Amino acid sequence: MTVIKSNAEAGQAQSVAPSSYRYHMPSYLKTRFRVERDDRRCIRCQGCVEQCSFGAQYFDESADRVESIDPNCVGCHRCVVFCPTSAIEIRLNPVEYRDNAHWRPEVIEDITRQAETGGVLITGMGNDKPWTCYWDKLCLNASQVTNPSIDPLREPMELRTYLGSKPDQVEIDPATGRLSTRLAPQVMVETPVLFSAMSYGAVSINVHESLARAATMLGTLFNTGEGGLHPKLYKYGRNTIAQVASGRFGVHPEYLDVARVLEIKIGQGAKPGIGGHLPGEKISAEVATTRMIPTGTDALSPAPQHDIYSIEDLSQLIYALKEATNYTKPVSVKIAAVHNSAAIASGIARAGADIIALDGIRGSTGAAPKIIRDNLGIPIEMAIASVDQRLRSEGIRNRVSLVVAGGFRNSGDVTKAIALGADAVYIGTAALIAMGCTECQACYTGRCAWGITTTDDKLTKRQNPEIAAQRIANLVEAWSHEIKEMLGAMGINAIESLRGNRLHLRGVGLSREEADILGVRLAGE
Amino acid sequence: MRVERVKLHDNGSVARVDTAGLHYRELNSILRSLVADGADRIELHGVAGQRYIGTDLDRPVQIDIFGVPGNDLGSFMDGPRVTVYGNAQDGCGNTMNHGTIIVHGLAGDITGLSARGGKIFIRDDVGYRAGVHMKEFGDKCPKLVIGGTAQDFLGEYMAGGVLVVLGLTLGKRTRHLARFIGTGMHAGVIFLRGTVEEHQLGKEVGVAQPDEGEERLLKELVTEYCGYFEVEPESILDQPFIKLFPLYLRPYGPLYAPTHRGIQGLVSRWKVN
Repeated sequence: MTVIKSNAEAGQAQSVAPSSYRYHMPSYLKTRFRVERDDRRCIRCQGCVEQCSFGAQYFDESADRVESIDPNCVGCHRCVVFCPTSAIEIRLNPVEYRDNAHWRPEVIEDITRQAETGGVLITGMGNDKPWTCYWDKLCLNASQVTNPSIDPLREPMELRTYLGSKPDQVEIDPATGRLSTRLAPQVMVETPVLFSAMSYGAVSINVHESLARAATMLGTLFNTGEGGLHPKLYKYGRNTIAQVASGRFGVHPEYLDVARVLEIKIGQGAKPGIGGHLPGEKISAEVATTRMIPTGTDALSPAPQHDIYSIEDLSQLIYALKEATNYTKPVSVKIAAVHNSAAIASGIARAGADIIALDGIRGSTGAAPKIIRDNLGIPIEMAIASVDQRLRSEGIRNRVSLVVAGGFRNSGDVTKAIALGADAVYIGTAALIAMGCTECQACYTGRCAWGITTTDDKLTKRQNPEIAAQRIANLVEAWSHEIKEMLGAMGINAIESLRGNRLHLRGVGLSREEADILGVRLAGE
Repeated sequence: MRVERVKLHDNGSVARVDTAGLHYRELNSILRSLVADGADRIELHGVAGQRYIGTDLDRPVQIDIFGVPGNDLGSFMDGPRVTVYGNAQDGCGNTMNHGTIIVHGLAGDITGLSARGGKIFIRDDVGYRAGVHMKEFGDKCPKLVIGGTAQDFLGEYMAGGVLVVLGLTLGKRTRHLARFIGTGMHAGVIFLRGTVEEHQLGKEVGVAQPDEGEERLLKELVTEYCGYFEVEPESILDQPFIKLFPLYLRPYGPLYAPTHRGIQGLVSRWKVN
């Protein structure tokens, strides 16, 4: 065989495959944001020029004036916050097409972008479409007259949660009064709020460290995501969930040994059923070392795990991890919330998982095709209710803990999720917002001006792990206090008593079918 | 530990284990305690489908398996040298980090899945997706040598490592029948003895002749293979190999378009210092 493909005479890989673009054409896209600068307030410090990593600001020396390139602005507001004289405002550029409820400006822009590039539109963060948010249609109960409320400031109130498989029954040795049943490994968290999987590579090393430190301060867990764990963070292993995903990046015996919980990632809410491509721009030398792939390649996570095509195969990987760590750690399986989640969750529980992580349609990501992010999966509220109900009716709810994710905004959402049947909640976006994220959705560019979703050394330094960890810890502390207040108001003194207690929820503006799926009564009933 | 199953020889440095009817959990717990007690060589007799043999052992012990080990032989393995006198099933060397697996027979699907280091030698054929998503970095580079031929998706998604297919079981045929060879490959290399048609290759794969350094590596690996399975290296090395390599480090780069305006060409404009 003598076939030598073009561009390949040297027998070496080239960097990027050639683009299919045939013509360089002018763009018909309108500018999204407008940078407005009050020239009287501007002191020419050029802080905004320094801060903008998207090239939207420059200093015109001849005119002695800071100018803007509006099309480059992503609306992240880094310059606004850092302008010492509040001279900058970012405004939506008015794009006043003829009114059309169907062909909205976003739709027109997406089509234009695709007509000009022929590409799959890629974006970051969670679903931004107005899907029904059932948290906003559920009310929590409060005690009045016939049952006393509890004041959490002066009375004991417990948020402590144990994650892991619980036995069907326990036996106590009458001679010693001790438990004689051998329990599966349990992990105690002080608050039912955990940090969602965000990989090193998708986020910077300082973000990973901030989450690890915050988890340690709070007595909860952070999740490595699928990019491995940098050795300098091994010391936070007691508060670490180590993910094993289809790319198996950074998965080796030491990584498995150092973590507290292992998580097999099957899917995530932002992009159910598809793999991940961490773009080559974000693969720095350090990321390449941790992931163990050559610098400059894309880190490709295949869509499926190639050793898992069935529940039996999943069981094989669960026990492979248990054997590799001598049954010392709970194994979690993370799936996206999809149409058959309840049946799948039952299979996962029977396959030997200790924890099921469910991620809903509003789950976030560093990069995903926009069309996938906005259309695939189901809301987490429905998934929690149906999975919890299914596991209960099969009598296996005790075998797994249920950790849920996908757009949790505040302690109200968390409390309602637990009343609906979850054991704990993963937060990702809320933790990033605590660090400065403004949801500009440009994570996939690797140029995050807030130093969050980047691997650039200079941008990474914008997050100080000590300060960022404190901000995240403050947020979760505040939520924990609020959850205690809500529990007290309901007359409950432990989060365990709320779990799956749907009588504390009432629906407003739900159809009878929706209320049935959620397993709640309507307000007034 | 089921003591009646284990017979120790040479002051405990050699152990023989009767594994008939043992569950993998018991078998692996015996292996853990034998290794902790300082065994250097362990013989497993009557092995019949027990999974995960060789996992969670952190010393370079020698394990000889008589029979057919189950799926995930040596998964996450970190150092042992496992020799199988029989066939191996699926997932042999799954996410292996370090060590050697030598199989005197066939191996099933996804042999060497996501391997990060170590060496795997299979005397005969392997199933589907052998070497899928193998990786390498620095001096860690997994090597998978297949004496026979492979099924479809050989070396799929390869992100590193060396895959050698010797074609010794092809008989009078010279052509391998696998399709989608190296599909999605973006690093690493496959050396193939025998022929393939271009339509059998993934679209991300280029074909070239091995250079001098690669010829040396091939000779080394073939000689090691021949040492295990008593074959004359010259009878293999007298036929040429072809080299299959990834055309691009970023095969899917151009597939995507940014949602934000002004992102393209941005990185070069922004000064990074």
